[in-house]
Amino acid sequence: MIRRCLLLVLLLAGCRPPSDGRVHITYWEKWTGAEGAAMQEVVDQFNRSQDRIVVEYLATSAVDRKTLVATAGGDPPDVAGLWAVNVYSFADRQALTPLDDFIRAEGDTPEQWLGRYYPVFADMCHHRGTVWALPSTPATTALHWNKRLFREAGLDPDRPPRTLAELDEFAEKLTKRDPQTGQIVQLGFLPQEPGWWSWAFPAWFGGRYWDGTNITAATEPANLAAYQWVERYTRRFGLEPIRTFTSGFGNFASARNPFMSGKIAMVLQGVWMDNFINQFQPGLEYGVAPWPQILPDQANFTVADCDLLAIPRGAKHPQEAWAFIKFVSSINPHAQREEELLGMELLCYRQKKISPLRQWSPFFEQHHPHRHIALFRQLAESPHAIHIPKIGIWLEYRRELDSVFENARLMLKPNDDALAFCQRRITESWQWHQRSLERRAP
Amino acid sequence: MTTREKRHLRNGLLFCAPWFIGLGLFTAYPVVASLFYSFCDYSVLQSPVWSGTENYRRMAGDTLFWLSLKNTIIYALLSLPAGMIVALSLALLLNTEVRGMPVFRTIFYLPSIVPMVASAMLWLWIFNGQFGLLNWALLPILDLFGLKPPGWLGDPTWAKPALALMSLWGVGNSMVIHLAGLQNVPKELYEAAEIDGAGTWRRFWHVTLPMISPVLYFNLIMGIIGSLQVFATVFVMTGGADGAPARSTLFYALYLFSVSFYDLRMGYGCAMAWVLFILIVALTVVATKLTEKRVHYAT
Repeated sequence: MIRRCLLLVLLLAGCRPPSDGRVHITYWEKWTGAEGAAMQEVVDQFNRSQDRIVVEYLATSAVDRKTLVATAGGDPPDVAGLWAVNVYSFADRQALTPLDDFIRAEGDTPEQWLGRYYPVFADMCHHRGTVWALPSTPATTALHWNKRLFREAGLDPDRPPRTLAELDEFAEKLTKRDPQTGQIVQLGFLPQEPGWWSWAFPAWFGGRYWDGTNITAATEPANLAAYQWVERYTRRFGLEPIRTFTSGFGNFASARNPFMSGKIAMVLQGVWMDNFINQFQPGLEYGVAPWPQILPDQANFTVADCDLLAIPRGAKHPQEAWAFIKFVSSINPHAQREEELLGMELLCYRQKKISPLRQWSPFFEQHHPHRHIALFRQLAESPHAIHIPKIGIWLEYRRELDSVFENARLMLKPNDDALAFCQRRITESWQWHQRSLERRAP
Repeated sequence: MTTREKRHLRNGLLFCAPWFIGLGLFTAYPVVASLFYSFCDYSVLQSPVWSGTENYRRMAGDTLFWLSLKNTIIYALLSLPAGMIVALSLALLLNTEVRGMPVFRTIFYLPSIVPMVASAMLWLWIFNGQFGLLNWALLPILDLFGLKPPGWLGDPTWAKPALALMSLWGVGNSMVIHLAGLQNVPKELYEAAEIDGAGTWRRFWHVTLPMISPVLYFNLIMGIIGSLQVFATVFVMTGGADGAPARSTLFYALYLFSVSFYDLRMGYGCAMAWVLFILIVALTVVATKLTEKRVHYAT
């Protein structure tokens, strides 16, 4: 009996919060593997840097949905690593803690604080006049090309396509068919590979998704032009041959990735691609360049994205959570050696990504492990870097645009009909969303 | 009621209490709450606001709601009869007296216990347009007629039939129920039919089918419910809730999930769930009425 009681006491003692006198806060983040280990290093650095707060890092799959449910249940993590798209929809529903007051308490205005990041990433942090989150790691995207395949096709391996016309022309030259069966064995470029930026094609063509008030999917001629271009690829190489060829593609993170295995010569990919190439196809000879230019004043076009750190509404330790988020955004501007890297630069160095901060330390700039980091930085600085539109129904809107893209590449119905459907549907949805916001307006 | 009976009643209720509480808290309450939420503007993140029949009215004009319903019904019409026929045929084969029958029964049941995601991954390869086992087998046959095998999951026309075909992989459970039903058919009925001169087909039609009709009815109802709620396999095989390719596999449960958890319109999701519930009840009643005269229960 006494043994049982002792066991119970020990168990209960195990359930109590640690009694080290420090505030323990929870941090849910999507990363596992090397990316998770990089963030864990920053967490450890923060925990060592002071003796008041301990951050407990928890790798969480489907972090958006879990944060949603935990916030609804009133027991969210203190810090959540969200995707940008979640931030706008959560913010519209008051599920996040505004960061403006924390920033002001540091002696800065929100504008001054955000001024330390590249504009494209700073812009992603605020929505409807409030700062809701700050960056963890950012990314920009670029055209990656396989130099060996360029050489084999008689193209200059150091000269990527610079315009859309060149991209299409090179794609043609880089495409090979089996002489016997006529089946495609290599493609120069395919708009649906990897298909992650299909929503951005209208913006690349100079179109817009909304004008600040109304949805403009079908009213912008450039949007239609983008999908006509997608359809032209299917017309040129054939629906069935493309379907058969692409069905043999392996997973993105594998040696059978179509770009890494040499099945596709050019892809639009993010700064992370180098990590995967080093892991699965270390000898691959490739180059990176900005997205080919379509409009005359559109040099260095790129799609930027950024993972964001936010404090869910109802978090038990918002002050401590802010202290950690602030630490992640800090750097040691004088770092000369790897061990001197701090906060954001340690994280981005380990994850081999660019830093979202304008200021880079000498070590981070000169010894970055990514061989093409300079180009990705140049793209982050670009005035033509775009990010997802900041509207609370963007997930739904993107799904509709994906459907328009699917329609174009499968040549199912005229592209203007598909865009008109998207316009009707999202306009209704947008009105519904606005009504919902008005119902809850203070 | 004597004191003893009262004590027994109290003890009985106490023993049942965990289940009553569990059922009330985790099943009955959410079900009732979802009915209330279906009349609300509710995102989970904020308190529900009463919006009357807005969700239901919007559903009536929602093209994707109707498309998802249509896709689901087509899938059910493909997978349900096929599943019933295959399960019954396998059960009939496994009911014959052959040496090593327990081994055959185990083999045919095995796919049902393979985890869903693992079998989905396996079928993704079987349906692969270029290297898939299915097209490898079909190619020489179709080639004779100058035809080409379809791209299955990559082709909007063939994605639903492909998923219906894959659903046959999981007929093991209904097969076992059919088999149990077949084994309960009294031998003397077959003997009597044989003496009356009935052949194999007549014995099947006039003895087996009527005798196992309650089992067929049960499997039919479970099949209707299962096929209208199909979710996980499609979610894994088509890479999310978009119903790729080109929304040809946007089934009801996928659309419901997507509006509730991605678009944060939980009120609309609850309304969709109630419509599905009413639809399933209606189909069950129709199925019961239609089969009333053909289902025979042993008395």
